[in-house]
Amino acid sequence: MSVQDKTPQMSRRGVLRAAGLAGAAAAAGGQALAQAKINPAKLEPGKPDPTITDIQDWNRFLGPGVEAAPYGKPSRFEKETIRRNVAWLTAGTESSINFTPIHELDGIITPNGVCFERHHGGVAEVDPAQHRLMIHGLVDKPLVFTMDDLKRFPGRINRPYFLECAANGGMEWKGAQLNGVQFTHGMIHNVWYTGIPLKTLLNEAGVKPNGKWVLVEGADSAAMTRSIPIEKALDDCLVTWAMNGEALRAEQGYPLRIVVPGWEGNMWVKWLRRIEIGDQPWAQREETSKYTDLLADGRARRHTWVMDAKSVVTNPSPQKPLKHKGPNVLSGLAWSGRGAITRVDVSIDGGKNWQTARIDGPALPLCLTRFYVDFDWNGQELMVQSRAMDSTGYVQPTKDALRKVRGLNSIYHNNGIQTWLVRANGETENVEIS
Amino acid sequence: MSKFLKLSLAFGLATALSGVAFSQAPKPAAGKPAAVTAKVGLGRAALPEEIKAWDIDVRPDGTGAPVGKGTVKQGEELFLAQCASCHGEFGEAVGRWPVLVGGRGSLKHDNPEKTVGSYWPDASTAFDYIRRAMPFGNARSLSDDEVYAITAFLLNMNEVVKDDFVLSNENIGKVKMPNAGAFFDDDRTTAEKHFWTAPCMKNCKTGEVKVTGRARVIDVTPDSKTGPKVE
Ligand code: HEC
Repeated sequence: MSVQDKTPQMSRRGVLRAAGLAGAAAAAGGQALAQAKINPAKLEPGKPDPTITDIQDWNRFLGPGVEAAPYGKPSRFEKETIRRNVAWLTAGTESSINFTPIHELDGIITPNGVCFERHHGGVAEVDPAQHRLMIHGLVDKPLVFTMDDLKRFPGRINRPYFLECAANGGMEWKGAQLNGVQFTHGMIHNVWYTGIPLKTLLNEAGVKPNGKWVLVEGADSAAMTRSIPIEKALDDCLVTWAMNGEALRAEQGYPLRIVVPGWEGNMWVKWLRRIEIGDQPWAQREETSKYTDLLADGRARRHTWVMDAKSVVTNPSPQKPLKHKGPNVLSGLAWSGRGAITRVDVSIDGGKNWQTARIDGPALPLCLTRFYVDFDWNGQELMVQSRAMDSTGYVQPTKDALRKVRGLNSIYHNNGIQTWLVRANGETENVEIS
Repeated sequence: MSKFLKLSLAFGLATALSGVAFSQAPKPAAGKPAAVTAKVGLGRAALPEEIKAWDIDVRPDGTGAPVGKGTVKQGEELFLAQCASCHGEFGEAVGRWPVLVGGRGSLKHDNPEKTVGSYWPDASTAFDYIRRAMPFGNARSLSDDEVYAITAFLLNMNEVVKDDFVLSNENIGKVKMPNAGAFFDDDRTTAEKHFWTAPCMKNCKTGEVKVTGRARVIDVTPDSKTGPKVE
């Protein structure tokens, strides 16, 4: 993940120019090389910029017509904005995870094509015409709905929510392990959902008074299941079919997904086909073997559904080193499963002193919130941290404070404060500090 | 539309506009069950055969367990044929596939091994999960008796039941799992109460802040070649 690997795509002339400069810089030694890569523009003072004085191809020739891309894709110069996986984590890709490139994104909405994926049996390719949703168990009338039925219900709503996998940061419990915010914090996305409240469907079937738990199940080859307490089901859970204005992506549960705002991503069952009402939780594999938090004394917390407040600086970060001295924009994301983000503080000296960051855009409950600190960098080493606070008064803890309560084997719910070491040449590393 | 219009009007929520009814559902306070509101009348009754086909979950007390049974011995044969290629002949796992057997007494150690025997609180979970999701890539291919047998074998390998044990819908809710008592409900709001605090802003640390660990040293970021085995 070195700085050189991340050289952006360049025009034909740009490549020639960079090659020439790199040659000259190499002759001048390693330090100069690093600088040339970081800030090539500086090496041609006083000379007119050929990107201005030359007429560019795109300025002369016609571009592709409107039929070229019936469904548009990002610019071909944005090849780095992709999901990536950590191959050694799992035996195969069907039960695996990849990560959202949060270091390449801005604002609060995650584009559909780069929302991280976690599947337990691959992506189910479900024909919506053959998809059914069943509600049964402790109800007055067990029901079956088609997709058309669901889309005819009154009370359709739109809500933006973050979805974070409880294992986000799970590889970092024992110490800094992965050099990239995509890998340490990228099991998260934040999109606008369209659907109807789960409550609407429960009302339609009529929940019996002893109905206290809801089992949700997917139609995939893992037949994913989780138990949800009825209070949450009646509060803000949604049955959704659209994300960011278009149909759910197959890898996000097309044609139907349950949204469980603020709670761990595993509960947001994709390819939702069955809702059962019962009087006790079901102790499914995903709420016993997995998604329980093993403590140092050998006991384990279960039903740890809520995602605690958390934040991270996405720029600079190992995949996004600092390239310029002088004015720079530090940027990051904050979120909480308990409410809205009320404040984010940032430190550049490893947590000794803090300043409050500027939040821009909405700071909605259970939704990603974007923060910035505009700063001047004089080339000194930085230890960058961010610390989120939410509307319940919860303050994101340090990793050591978390470890004190939970030990090192929890895997899940690691919301400790992240430290990035920015070195004098701009390179940025994942570190732990005293 | 007429039934819908009538219902909406009955609840005093509708505005009739060019022959179309617009209804606004009242928003109940967070956490409170919704008041009983009118049914919309969408969907159809689920048939008993349909519910039976999909309702395959089994609860810790055995509720939902289908009639059937299987022995440890039968389970061993099935496991070797259908499961061992990934999970190993003894459930010890091949490569990075999940380990299913062993790990007793490891939960407090540096590298705890969480298996059906060492960690899972309920036997029903193994039956339920194998029945719904295994063998990986060929889910729902085993008969209920076969799932009972394989589950019995896994429990036996984990020294939870004897060699002559027969697992059935009668006794699956009664199997005592070694780690059953270790689970407790989320207590973060009390155990971690100190995270609700007034944060320090100035001079929060004394002395020099030092780097104590670096991801670079471990070097397992995806563009590097090797990586440790994690869960
Ligand atoms: C092709 C490889 C493969 C085969 C064959 C296979 N499994 Fe699995 N098994 C897996 C994978 C992968 C997972 C984890 C799936 C996930 O991530 O959700 C798993 C998970 C499990 C688990 C849960 C482990 C845990 O700790 O949560 C059990 C139990 C299990 N398998 C039993 C079986 C049984 C019994 C069979 C034979 C009927 C079988 N498996 C066949 C790959 C396999």
